[in-house]
Amino acid sequence: MDDFELILGSAVRLAVPLMFAAIGEWIAERAGTLNISVEAMMLGGAFTAVTGAVATGSPEFGLLCGIVTGLVVALIHANLSHRLSVNTYVVGLTLNVLVLGLTSYLADKTEFFQVAKVAIPWLSSLPIVGSALFDVRWTAYLLIVLIPLAWWLVQRSRWGLEARAAGENPQSADVTGIHVNKRRRQALLICGLLGGLGGAHLAVAEVGTFNSNMTAGRGYIVLAAVIFGGWTLRGALAGCLLFGAADALRLALPALGYELNAQLLIASPYLLALAAMFFLAKSHRGPAALGAPFVRGIT
Amino acid sequence: MTALTTRLPRMVKPAALHTLLLYVASFAVALTLAGALVTLTGKSMSETAYALYQGSLEGGGSIGLSIDEATPLLLVALGAIVCARAGIFNIGQEGQLLMGAMAGAVVGLFMPGPGWMVMVGSLLGAALGGALWAGIPAVMYYWRGVNVVIGTLLMVFVAAQLAMYVVTQENLLQEDGEAGARSPQSNLLAEGVMLPRVGEYPDLNVTSGVFVVLAATVAIVLLLRHSTWGFRLRMLGHNPAAARRSGVRATVLGGGALLISGAFAGMAGGIMLSGTIGRFQPGMADNVGWEGLLVALVARNHPVAAIPVALFFGGLRAGGGFLASTGVPRYLVSVVTALLVMAAVFPAAYAELSKLRKRNKPVVVEG
Repeated sequence: MDDFELILGSAVRLAVPLMFAAIGEWIAERAGTLNISVEAMMLGGAFTAVTGAVATGSPEFGLLCGIVTGLVVALIHANLSHRLSVNTYVVGLTLNVLVLGLTSYLADKTEFFQVAKVAIPWLSSLPIVGSALFDVRWTAYLLIVLIPLAWWLVQRSRWGLEARAAGENPQSADVTGIHVNKRRRQALLICGLLGGLGGAHLAVAEVGTFNSNMTAGRGYIVLAAVIFGGWTLRGALAGCLLFGAADALRLALPALGYELNAQLLIASPYLLALAAMFFLAKSHRGPAALGAPFVRGIT
Repeated sequence: MTALTTRLPRMVKPAALHTLLLYVASFAVALTLAGALVTLTGKSMSETAYALYQGSLEGGGSIGLSIDEATPLLLVALGAIVCARAGIFNIGQEGQLLMGAMAGAVVGLFMPGPGWMVMVGSLLGAALGGALWAGIPAVMYYWRGVNVVIGTLLMVFVAAQLAMYVVTQENLLQEDGEAGARSPQSNLLAEGVMLPRVGEYPDLNVTSGVFVVLAATVAIVLLLRHSTWGFRLRMLGHNPAAARRSGVRATVLGGGALLISGAFAGMAGGIMLSGTIGRFQPGMADNVGWEGLLVALVARNHPVAAIPVALFFGGLRAGGGFLASTGVPRYLVSVVTALLVMAAVFPAAYAELSKLRKRNKPVVVEG
């Protein structure tokens, strides 16, 4: 049972950064941007969070820096792809190359900073799940607020309706007076905010320091999680937990004496996402205009 | 794909001057930013520029190295162009390249026969490997409607793990003996299987893969411009509905384009394998797939324009190897590459936007 508790704790720790970013990615995708620069947002957020924390000595300030960086990446992406209608994959790919190069170029901070752990009294002493869920870095508790907020924003608010319309049928949305590209830009900015927060959480809450390419493709795992979850919020979050658990197993099993195929576990998020799309193609439909730039006029 | 249409900017129109100025300004901004990055981190800009020049252009050896680096980039870009013409966005070249190299290594290591035959077989195997890897998302798209971009993208990460797997298994591609346990890589290809090098060592000498690539470029240019296939491909890219009405079989043509794109990426991997590296390593793709895609974008999906762009990016990659002496991290090259891509796509998109704004003026109400 101890082992299980350990693996669960590590799975939650690995899943939380993914969940922040996945909420953002979900919003962006529902508005019609297949945002691959979420990797850049996370990596940039992680880097500036550590830089900010080192400069001021406060990991909380670092978190703020991370969020701002995510926003900056999103701002570039949004304006290039939803104002100038440059192909969104081009922009995303370029931003990923840029941020990876830039952060690796500048990375030389080795100091260690972490935000505080907060244990919730009573709940944290529950057996098995207690320490995994209720004795974590305080930023993880932000999810409790962010998840319902994001769901309400997309599924229940007027803004969400317009954003989803922009993702499903931009031409019709435009005709009804919705500013399609503006909604998409806003959705992308929210994604940047949350992606940056996810990266910052990874850096100054979980790991405590920055090393070159520390997100190591987590952005793409987030992408896979949203697809795996069938473009629903709960599905995406479940995907994050599952992929976090796969990662935790990969790290924990050899130590516990099990033989396993590490490569298969690393590849499992991508394989599962592909399989989900393949087998559930009918019920598992993404936003209809996902990835297509919107330009007014007859197409 | 509006911003990525196949036209090159026409320099004769009056508005073209404006666009040209915009291009110059964008590149100036990109290079200034890169320069500022170097200066701000306390390194000498002139030394950095000189190191890049030394690594890419000074003397025959460096030029050869640049061409060697440009060869797979161009091949990947050609495949991407074929795909883009058909309106399909293949983003998974990095994985297709790796799988191509893997297939090439399997053939190169295990096929019996005279050296030249194995060499050709290895290249063909590489192309087949890349095509198969692109074929999976193609099947998923045309059978179950799985988005091609997502499919090809996710396959990249599966490919990376598969590559890692095969070189760590003793009965697969792992290197024989002691070395195999230490570093994940395959055995060296035999001398006769390697692509011969053309030119004199240590002066200008390049892998003969360069001729394969040039032949492929000529073939693609001619086919895209003058063949029925090229015409149908463009038709499918510009207006899939109209293309289907006039009898273009979208599945065959589009799926074929995706396969060709994968085959080109795989072949690029094969040329890297038997042209320069000599053995299969999971890290050998080294962003060539991604950068090859960027070459196609900067060249605005024009195969002829892709040649100088590939040479330029290849030169940057070669120059990056010389940066170590100046203390500037190699990553500078990725930063410069990304900035240049941004600078290359910005003006065209901007021009497109202003054209659109002009056209839409009487209708547009919002600010």
